[in-house]
Amino acid sequence: MRRSISSRRRRTMALQMFFGLLVAIVVLGPVVWMFLTSVMRPVDLTAKPLRLIPQDITFDRFRQIFASASASDPAYVFRIALKNSFLIAVSVTVLSLVVGTLSAYAFAHLRFRGKNALMLLILFTYMLPPVAMIIPLYRIYNQLGWLDKRWPLVILYLSFIVPFIIWVMQDFFGSISRSFEEAAQVDGATRLQTLLYIFLPIARPGAIATGILAFLMSWDEFFYSLIFTSSLASKTMPVAIAEFNGKFTIDYGMISVAGILGSLIPVLITVVFQKYIVLGMTAGGVKE
Amino acid sequence: MRLRNEEERYAAALITPSMIVVFGVIIVPIVTTLVYSFVNINPLSSHRGEFAGFGFYIKTLSSRAFWDDLGRTLHFTIASTAIETFFGLLIALLLNQKFPGVGLLRSIIIIPWAIPTVVNGSLWKLMLNGEYGVINALLERFHLISSYQSWLGNPKTAMMCIVIADSWKMTPLAVIFFLAALQGIDQTVYEAARVDGANPFQSFLAITLPALKPTIMVIVVMRTVEKFKAFDIFYLMTRGGPANSTKTLMYDTYLQAFTNLNYSDAATYAYLIALAVALMTLVYIRLMKRGDNI
Repeated sequence: MRRSISSRRRRTMALQMFFGLLVAIVVLGPVVWMFLTSVMRPVDLTAKPLRLIPQDITFDRFRQIFASASASDPAYVFRIALKNSFLIAVSVTVLSLVVGTLSAYAFAHLRFRGKNALMLLILFTYMLPPVAMIIPLYRIYNQLGWLDKRWPLVILYLSFIVPFIIWVMQDFFGSISRSFEEAAQVDGATRLQTLLYIFLPIARPGAIATGILAFLMSWDEFFYSLIFTSSLASKTMPVAIAEFNGKFTIDYGMISVAGILGSLIPVLITVVFQKYIVLGMTAGGVKE
Repeated sequence: MRLRNEEERYAAALITPSMIVVFGVIIVPIVTTLVYSFVNINPLSSHRGEFAGFGFYIKTLSSRAFWDDLGRTLHFTIASTAIETFFGLLIALLLNQKFPGVGLLRSIIIIPWAIPTVVNGSLWKLMLNGEYGVINALLERFHLISSYQSWLGNPKTAMMCIVIADSWKMTPLAVIFFLAALQGIDQTVYEAARVDGANPFQSFLAITLPALKPTIMVIVVMRTVEKFKAFDIFYLMTRGGPANSTKTLMYDTYLQAFTNLNYSDAATYAYLIALAVALMTLVYIRLMKRGDNI
């Protein structure tokens, strides 16, 4: 009796491992292929029949990205675009966290008139398609001389990332008991002290989670950047990748190198901080 | 009453910076776009500057192109949301089991989601390439096709390719949501069902599925809104082609605004999309509120 159960258990486990392997292949296959393409020689990339395991690999394309110094070289443009993306994403993350967290606290723990209506409006803002604003925005930015600059792009990104932070963080603050606040006030703490020394430390996992998601959203943003940037001064990584697709119609290796470099930061962040990300995503999406 | 005033003043101080950043950017453009949809501002039009009333809405809603765009948008939205929800649930159920390697699988499953949308588009574009793509090479090797196909160049298959590329990236998100929900289910309920003689499939129907219902609803509505607004992957992979076969509402709005310079037509399209998104957001909020009571 005991043996038959354990042999059934083994069969189930073998089946689970088989499907697990299948999932792993589908998940990792394209990623592995992107890496292989980035180090394969052009001759092998266009070979027929295609050899899946290259015999000879080269890291020249990576070297080209980091060594190129000519502004007309797409590899150089891509390196600068990575830098622009990074500067913009860091600024957006820091600013949106500071501004958004303060508001989220107010929405979760303070009573004020019009709170629910305002929260609804903020959620709508987050869901709003940017295309519903893009033509006037372009005209306004053009008149102000804000086109093709990094910090006006930061402002644009804040306009949809701050609502996201408020939406998710008010959920985190909401789960913290009001009794903390009352106790702190009995002890003579001011409201600001209560927020800074009681609530912020408790909500820190939430702040880390939303901060990471804010960084990823900014890193990923394409539409505004496509419309508002045109040169090395502000062009971001996604726009540079889109241009790569037009320029390197044969050398898929270069497209893959750009893809790998563009994915490196978000993938590392996601794998390392997975627990926080899951926390942030589920708080924003599903109430528990 | 004094305390309430003080509390309100404090709240105002805390929310003002956000409100400036958010509404300072969006209010003027959002109102101006509405005006554009009622006043002809198309730079190439002979009626430029004239008040059109609902003219642009009537023109749009009675044009064949709009409904074709909507059809393609729904095709993409429904197909990719269905795939993500179905496979997301299936994979989450698998990852919720205990077997060797499941821990590793749980940590790598999120990787496609972390890859930027634009990179995902260019990755699939090169894998699907009609002359050198690895997908053609694999399909030919396994004798599933007799010759290389131009998957993205064929109006019959282009949309399917985008659905696959998008689902590959976004299914992990559904997996994460479902896993979180599965782990919240009380295990003793399964135990009790087993004692009562329920088989695993009956337990799934009677316990798991009802417990996951709120999550399924949230994923479906949330993803539908996002799909409806999708732009990046279309720009990267097909730019609306071939033969308009991947031209969605969002992509057509972009073309009207930045290629054809029909600003008023684009504004009308944009407002119709925003209206649809607003309606879906309301559904989403109602679902969340209901989720609270469960």
